[in-house]
Amino acid sequence: MSTIQVQALHKKYNGLHAVRGISFSVEKGEVFGFLGPNGAGKTSTINMLTGLARPSSGTITIHGMDALKHTKDIQSRIGVVPDESNLYDDLSGLDNLSFCASLYGMKKADRIRKARELLASFSLDAARDRPFRTYSKGMKRKLTIAAAIIHEPEILFLDEPTSGIDVESARQIRRLIRSLHDQGVTIFLTTHYIEDAERLCDRIAFIVEGVIVETDTVSALLSRNKDTREVAFKAVEGGRHLHDAVKQRWPDVTIRAVSAEGIRVVLEHETSIMPFLKLFESGGFDLLEARIIHQSLEDVFVSITGIDIDRLEKAREAEST
Amino acid sequence: MNRVQAFLSILSKDMKTYYLKPPNISWGLIFPLAWTLMFFIRTEGDVDVLELLPGVMGLSILFGTTSMLAVTITFERKQRSFERLLLAPISVNVLMLAKTSGAILFGIANAFVPVLMALLLADLSNVGWLAVLGGVFFISITSTFLGLFIAVSVREVFEAQTFSNFFRFPMIFLCGLFVPIGDLPLFLRPLSHILPLTYGVDILRNGIEHTALFPLWLNFGVLMLFSVGLFGLSTRMIKKRWIL
Repeated sequence: MSTIQVQALHKKYNGLHAVRGISFSVEKGEVFGFLGPNGAGKTSTINMLTGLARPSSGTITIHGMDALKHTKDIQSRIGVVPDESNLYDDLSGLDNLSFCASLYGMKKADRIRKARELLASFSLDAARDRPFRTYSKGMKRKLTIAAAIIHEPEILFLDEPTSGIDVESARQIRRLIRSLHDQGVTIFLTTHYIEDAERLCDRIAFIVEGVIVETDTVSALLSRNKDTREVAFKAVEGGRHLHDAVKQRWPDVTIRAVSAEGIRVVLEHETSIMPFLKLFESGGFDLLEARIIHQSLEDVFVSITGIDIDRLEKAREAEST
Repeated sequence: MNRVQAFLSILSKDMKTYYLKPPNISWGLIFPLAWTLMFFIRTEGDVDVLELLPGVMGLSILFGTTSMLAVTITFERKQRSFERLLLAPISVNVLMLAKTSGAILFGIANAFVPVLMALLLADLSNVGWLAVLGGVFFISITSTFLGLFIAVSVREVFEAQTFSNFFRFPMIFLCGLFVPIGDLPLFLRPLSHILPLTYGVDILRNGIEHTALFPLWLNFGVLMLFSVGLFGLSTRMIKKRWIL
């Protein structure tokens, strides 16, 4: 039985469809990624799964229980990291963690011990007695995650965990997610950072405008277009001259990109790069680099969803500012 | 056991974060003091402290409790820290009782500031303390739940404060705090009877001055009904409007 089972889930707010009849399942111990641009329905889905929102229709089963009927039973077994840090500004790091643990019935000695362990593991022990409001954004994010895992939940919901924080904090959070995964915690992760999804998730669902357009393992998604490769050539003469030479010799070859330094050529099936090297040699080109570019999850995402990278980049920029 | 622990933790967190902060303590002291002084200054001749006391106590509780709920509920919701509590494995009823208990205690403490001042100025040996304590307790509960109802009906802290004043200021004049209900124009009197503070102050007057409009059982009964009704309405609104 799947740990999370969602069937035909639909959410409408004031006439707007945030989630449109999605179905998916998450297995025990799996890191399941929910990948999509801002406004795709990721947070609405998390809110419904965690009991902060009621579905307009559809069913959610968590640990075999109907999430709408057994919300509080389920909430005792899950941890939630919202997209914004929402701890108490006036409480210290230690007091915040201790308070959150007390809501789950942890004894005082246990929660203080566990809080200190978590503060140490997140490199926050020096700031443990400082009020939360004095923390940096990265520190706030780490403490919010610590607050969500202090009661050792079986399922952890993370909404955009690395969004808008410094590189080192993001790295620490990724390490923590891997470590929780190793301990068998089921993780439901939403993100619009494709790199995070690729690095951390076992399986990924692409969600666009409230609809899941694809769900598969990362490796299966990456092997979707394995017959197609791209090769980047760079030459002293620049991309325009390389482009012209290739097109003159093989008009049907697809050139994905032309830049000042070089070109990116799409190779079908097992096509060798040797003919290209010979062409450039005979043409007197001063070739600097020939590199095979592996298909990224971003390429797969674009090919499946049709969403251009610019839109995602803009979403990222808006998030970081 | 978990529920008791969660209840106590939320209460203790709110006491530490809000109620025991210097601005709130000073508000709790200065507000009743200012009201009492105002009556001393405005009254010509001797001031009957016992006559003033029920009104000042009622007013201190009303303003103390309703002001705090706008912060502990509306502000936390705005900051999204309230989501953390909604995600905890405790029922909305336990959660809201925990969130309001701090305000109830704050209201009770506020009520006894004018009592301490009155001790210096008048003979309180004939006061029926049991009725006074009961009255203070129930005024605190109903005022807190009125504040809760207002806090869950709005989105912004300023809206909560504005909406609170819509109830609070008419109550000063309509609930027999300083102007006897019998002296009010006839058309206003029905309004007095639908406001909970009328019954609370009547209990205080019963205990302090040994005069009252209604029997004690009726006053306590009406306050209980108001408490249950306001709390029920508020938790229903939370379930309906906050868990979208």
